[in-house]
Amino acid sequence: MIPAAFEYHAPASLDDATALLAKLGDDAKILSGGQSLIPLMKLRLSSPAHVVDINNIPGLSYIREADGVLAIGALTRESELEESEIVRTRYPLLHDTCKVIADPLVRNLATIGGNLAHADPANDHPATMLALGAELVARGPGGQRRLPITSFFTGPFETVLRPGELLVEIRIPVPPPRSGGAYLKLERKVGDFATAAVAAQLTLRADGAVEAAGIGLTNVGLTPIKAVRAEAALRGKPLDDATIAEAAHLATGAAEPIADLRGSVAYKRDLVRVLTARALRKAAVRAATSEGGR
Amino acid sequence: MRVQLSINGETHEAEVEPRLLLVHLIRDVLRLTGTHIGCDTTHCGACTVLLEGRPIKSCTMFAVQANGKRLMTVEGLEQDGKLHPLQEGFMEKHGLQCGYCTPGMLMTSYAFLGQHPTPTETEIRVAISGNLCRCTGYVNIVRAVQHAAAALHEGAAR
Repeated sequence: MIPAAFEYHAPASLDDATALLAKLGDDAKILSGGQSLIPLMKLRLSSPAHVVDINNIPGLSYIREADGVLAIGALTRESELEESEIVRTRYPLLHDTCKVIADPLVRNLATIGGNLAHADPANDHPATMLALGAELVARGPGGQRRLPITSFFTGPFETVLRPGELLVEIRIPVPPPRSGGAYLKLERKVGDFATAAVAAQLTLRADGAVEAAGIGLTNVGLTPIKAVRAEAALRGKPLDDATIAEAAHLATGAAEPIADLRGSVAYKRDLVRVLTARALRKAAVRAATSEGGR
Repeated sequence: MRVQLSINGETHEAEVEPRLLLVHLIRDVLRLTGTHIGCDTTHCGACTVLLEGRPIKSCTMFAVQANGKRLMTVEGLEQDGKLHPLQEGFMEKHGLQCGYCTPGMLMTSYAFLGQHPTPTETEIRVAISGNLCRCTGYVNIVRAVQHAAAALHEGAAR
């Protein structure tokens, strides 16, 4: 399949990129890993007049932990996250997530920034970033601004990013001691989108009660969903069977799935219940054995 | 646009339209037809080539993006008329049935064995999970990769 013709731009700096994007406006699409954009262009679901390739801009690919924040460059590939020692040992929720995105070949090109900015409710990073309480950094012609993840997604494939702006960094607060997380995804086969997936992040007190909880849901609504009532129900409670069941029930209530080839509404809701409970248990085990708080 | 890239150690130049896919440059312009187009929808991995040593789907990248880059295709496996141990392994263990997925399987496995010289069966299966075999010949494909791993190991020890 051949995409529609377009004009190709490969700016070598962020300033050039933002100036170009501001000038071209809605006629331009940003090419990052290209693993969503190029298939869409081949199917002609997207036919941008201009493609702005940001892969030649230096300094957008890094994983750094400093000053209480894990900072990830937007152009960092999923395979780089997967292989990162920091991510593997200290951010189990993020590690779980990048291992189940698409397939290993796609992950060699796909980027974390693209996964978020594309804002497909079926993408995996959004739920994880909601659970982790991440902050995104956007850069436009007028400078940088920081965007809380909770207000980033405004609709399917829509975000608060303005024309001329691009995502440059993802910032995750370093979890305190006794923190852990897990991402559980049911997919029909490797490479498929999630039938449903749940991201859970927990911080436990010394006595085992929940200090803080984050729960994000993938592909069960028009946007990724933060299950705020489920999170609130966990706070201050010991993580026993009754508490987990209650949180899982509330997470189900937050989901707004539609019936499709992957399952009925009732099936997907129940899947959210089961995956939430399992993700919380796994997160708790990891929290109990984590050193954390560097 | 003018692009210049290295494939299997040889420099190639071509004048391309921005919308030309990398796989079409490789097959139709440069006539390296060992790389296959299977699904053309980023699912099957028949078009897998190595970009700077990493396996990627060449149907999901524009040729202009490969400007100045180093690529390797299935034609680069054979050296001085001698098949690579992976190719020997696929023959020996009947790792190809119709053969359509084979170039992709070989390139993914080549990159994988470079990083994981003594893999477990599970690690092999995860590594090739982006390459689909419609004959469902995975059992023999895994054996072929194991055969190659052992042969490479022996070669290195010798």
